[in-house]
Amino acid sequence: MSTAASTLDRPLWKRRQIRLSRRIVSVGGWTLSGLCLLVLSVLMVWILMVVFLRGAGALKWTTFTTITQGNGGGLKNAIEGTLVLSLGALLLAVPFGVASGIYSAEYPNSPWAKTIRFLADVLVGVPSIVVGYFGYIAMVQWLGWNFSVTGGSIALAIICLPYICRTTELALRQVPNDLRDAAYSLGANERRVVLGVCLPAAMPAILTGVLLALAVSVGETAPLLYTAGWSNFMWDGHLTKSPIGYLTYAIWTFINEPFASANRLAYAAAFLVTGFVLIINVLARFVLERRARH
Amino acid sequence: MKFRAWLALVAGILPVILIAIVVFLALYSRQAIHFNGWGFVARNTWNLGNLYMDPVTRHGFQVQPGATYGILFLIVGTLLSTLFALMFAVPVGIGAAIFLAEAIPSHLRTWISFFVELLMAIPSVVFGLWGYVVVIPFLSRHLFPLLAATLGKVIPFFAGPTGSGYSLLTASIVLALMIVPIVAATLRDALVSQPVSLREAALGLGATRFEALWKVILPGARKTLIGATFLALGRALGETMAVLMVSGNALNYLPHNIYDPISTMAAFIVSQLDSALQDPTGMAVRSLAEIALVLAIISVVVNGLARLLLLMWNNGQRVAAV
Repeated sequence: MSTAASTLDRPLWKRRQIRLSRRIVSVGGWTLSGLCLLVLSVLMVWILMVVFLRGAGALKWTTFTTITQGNGGGLKNAIEGTLVLSLGALLLAVPFGVASGIYSAEYPNSPWAKTIRFLADVLVGVPSIVVGYFGYIAMVQWLGWNFSVTGGSIALAIICLPYICRTTELALRQVPNDLRDAAYSLGANERRVVLGVCLPAAMPAILTGVLLALAVSVGETAPLLYTAGWSNFMWDGHLTKSPIGYLTYAIWTFINEPFASANRLAYAAAFLVTGFVLIINVLARFVLERRARH
Repeated sequence: MKFRAWLALVAGILPVILIAIVVFLALYSRQAIHFNGWGFVARNTWNLGNLYMDPVTRHGFQVQPGATYGILFLIVGTLLSTLFALMFAVPVGIGAAIFLAEAIPSHLRTWISFFVELLMAIPSVVFGLWGYVVVIPFLSRHLFPLLAATLGKVIPFFAGPTGSGYSLLTASIVLALMIVPIVAATLRDALVSQPVSLREAALGLGATRFEALWKVILPGARKTLIGATFLALGRALGETMAVLMVSGNALNYLPHNIYDPISTMAAFIVSQLDSALQDPTGMAVRSLAEIALVLAIISVVVNGLARLLLLMWNNGQRVAAV
């Protein structure tokens, strides 16, 4: 009360000055924070424009139908390689990721589940190049696979695994416990409840998570550089001892070449990778939004 | 019971992978750790030695004559680029989170947040491409000369020569853009979930909306902000492709000003493996593994700490945003 009284004691012009300074701080604060958001949005638009405008100009029909030749040609081999590597990674990561996710969602308070959750979060933070170098030592050198599809897929699977684990866990937690109680009361055993009731109910969200993991693996470069190598040719079907191309490598290498034809390949690859990643993210967001609203 | 045990066993793949990564790197780099000693982090010379001569034996290890492995310049480069990136990313992230949580109506908030946080989904190499073709020319032609002419007069670290555009500052700016959504998304969630009664109490006492936010709501989310900053720090330390493409890949060089090229531990591993393989004794490749080991341990510690802090402070609730 005393502060209010002393404020009122001041002459009118001084009182207004205090209020003015508070108003300035207020307006300034909102302006600054709005500017921050504006800067981020503008930079985001800038990146998308660079990638999509230049990429669209670089894409031709032959990009999809010819393989890379020296500093030109197409990206058929890289597109195929990215698909093979990413699908291989999902094939390896989905069973393990979903199983870990189920365990940490269905038995959330067991110490082992807490450990798994925590380590999944830590594994997300391990730099992708560390995973790549681990793959180089373990698979390329120790197991003697050289650059290979399997090596690249395993490295990517390690990157994807914690994402799938986490999205599965979150999806299963959305399943109401009534469903579990009902299933148990009908005499179903634990396995039946989880696999027959909870998993189908959570399936759309789990699939969304798997799609997001696919987007992550399509955009990765560092884990593949020294596990999958690079190849100008189509994949020969060998699982080990034969390198394979992928789109992100094309972005990295061909943008540094002094030839316009090589740069076009880099832009085209960036267009394809970014477009794919963004479409999956937007789709996933729509699915998750719709589920959250129901 | 059997089903549960089976699940627990399969879930064990996560710890196994983490342990395998550290153990493999440690075993493989064991010779390098012995050979390099503590000087590894204190020396400023990465030199494969004379590759055209026969290997010599030094300290009981076969190495090329003249070979020394020191990564001080990488540590300095990694720390400086991460530090500058955080200095840009944290304030901008706070600002964006404030505006998203408080000033934008909630039906628009979802989609605008989504748009900005889509930055997290853009692949690292695409950031590198953007940095390489757009940011580097823009900075070296326009911003760097301007900075050197103004700030450079006052702070020596900002003084010229302004170089080619491949620089500490470029790497930091690109890094900042990559980690800013982590701060913004996590903090926005925390701001939105603060109790309404706090805001009402502040407004009732006569605070303006901004004062209520700045003095009451934001301090309530302080711990989340610290946790998110650690997460962003972990991401920036290990970022590879974007830094590789814009940092200039300096070798054995400490930056004298903010426009000098640098390299980071993660980027160095990619840029050097090809030449390290030329070393017939294998010590260069093992020393690279030692860098990877250091990086792995740092990232596990930083991320583990961040997650533990966030878990403890959020009463066991995990951060959903990132």
